[in-house]
Amino acid sequence: MAQPILKVDNLTKIFTRKGQPDFIAVDHVSFELYPGECLGLIGESGSGKTTVVNMITRLLDATEGSIVLDGEDITKRSGRELRRAYANMQMVFQTPTDSFDPRCTLGDGIGESLRNQGLTRADTKKEVARLLTECGLTPEFADRYPHQVSGGQCQRAAIARALAVKPKLLICDEATSSLDVTIQKEIIALLNELRWQHGSNLSILFICHDIALVQQFCNRVLVLYKGKIVEQGVPDEVIRNPQDPYTKRLIDSIL
Amino acid sequence: MSEPTVRIQKIKRDTVKTRLILFGTLALILLVCSIFSEHLTPYDPYLQDLTNAKAPPSAEHLFGTDRYGRDMLSRVIVGSRTSIFSTLLLVAIVTALGTLIGVFCGWHGKWIDTVLMRISDMFLAFPGLVFAMAVAGVLGGGLQNAIIALVAISWPKYARIARSQTLAQKETPYLKAARLSGSGTWKIIFKHILPNIIGPILVTSMLDIGTMMMELAGLSFLGLGAKPPTAEWGSMMSDSRSLLSSVPWVTLAPGFAIFVSVMIFNLLGDTIRDYADPKSRGR
Repeated sequence: MAQPILKVDNLTKIFTRKGQPDFIAVDHVSFELYPGECLGLIGESGSGKTTVVNMITRLLDATEGSIVLDGEDITKRSGRELRRAYANMQMVFQTPTDSFDPRCTLGDGIGESLRNQGLTRADTKKEVARLLTECGLTPEFADRYPHQVSGGQCQRAAIARALAVKPKLLICDEATSSLDVTIQKEIIALLNELRWQHGSNLSILFICHDIALVQQFCNRVLVLYKGKIVEQGVPDEVIRNPQDPYTKRLIDSIL
Repeated sequence: MSEPTVRIQKIKRDTVKTRLILFGTLALILLVCSIFSEHLTPYDPYLQDLTNAKAPPSAEHLFGTDRYGRDMLSRVIVGSRTSIFSTLLLVAIVTALGTLIGVFCGWHGKWIDTVLMRISDMFLAFPGLVFAMAVAGVLGGGLQNAIIALVAISWPKYARIARSQTLAQKETPYLKAARLSGSGTWKIIFKHILPNIIGPILVTSMLDIGTMMMELAGLSFLGLGAKPPTAEWGSMMSDSRSLLSSVPWVTLAPGFAIFVSVMIFNLLGDTIRDYADPKSRGR
């Protein structure tokens, strides 16, 4: 197999608080994500999904372990070096409306990374229009404020923003969980279309707590429980033949 | 079948813009008046006329005269320059300094935050005006030193507001998104944090204009601010306090001027807050 786009090795996060025992949020998590693959990460709330993602995106420092993105170790990167790594990695957040600055238009938000890369105002505007169209919106949305559009439209814009720098890794942190079911379906359809278009140039780390969604969308799934990976494999097999007691409970709760 | 009842909802018209224009214009008139105050006075504000001292308001002297026979209307108009401009300057300096320190503390965190916040605690724990008197006393009298003294005691309030707002902003998804977009610290602070936290700070500073005006006046009264016979509203009020029962207009005229200008700036502050928030603008 090709070189993994993301390699996480023994990633650990321990929160220390005065007067309280240390809390191990993420406990030696290791996995790899290959080009063009869609990896699901499921687990209940509090299982450490978001902590893992925050560490991968370096919004949170890891206590231990390493993160290798596209062959480069970014575990200790900071400042300009880290910003360069962000050109390979983008994220779609859980709450679409909150993920845009309420005082900037959607166009400003989508174009920010392009402007940071040195594109002129006019070029950015053109590219933003193209991205919006690619994500099923119209270029007019660039002038709207986040509170003026619906959650689904806002999430489309957030996907457009994530794709602006042509990242190799797209992280969706519960990107569909705050949307209602029909909109969820549309967003998944959009992500599927993007996967098909970008082929092996786009890998997706899909954080979710809906195992049915993971089954229809992901190539491989990791089950996270209390900060540990308790099970991994092809979604169909994991669902049909769960090994870990937690996975069993998770599947039972749906059926 | 009975007719279905239809509830008619009145849609509130967007008055923010109208209010902004109205209060903005009023504030502008006030500022322009104070800039050209010397040309607007009917009499020389410093000309004493002891034969006509303590004259009640009349057609000739709309606000009456003080104990030296100086025309109160002229003194109030001329006093506007000292009062309004030094107050605005003071508020601007305090707001900028406090916000800067607060945002820096909130963003940077760690030990710098702890050190600066304990210093601000110290200032907050000390009676403000007493400290200002001490500072002004050490530096000597004069309006400039009074402003420095008041800046020294007033910044912690703004630093606190800015810091807590910055901390709240730091955790929002859109700031994470901005960081992922490759924006540097300065860009994030000036493009995302400041516009989002400036609303409450601006309103606080607008509401503070009145307090600052009075504190400057207080220092002036103690001989640590504007020196007599310079016309300044606060010191004019303090000077004539003892005459309040016999010749009330001498105290009330500058008091009325303070009331009106503080009112205008307060309303302007509220309006700016409403206008600066795009969520309330669209409704």
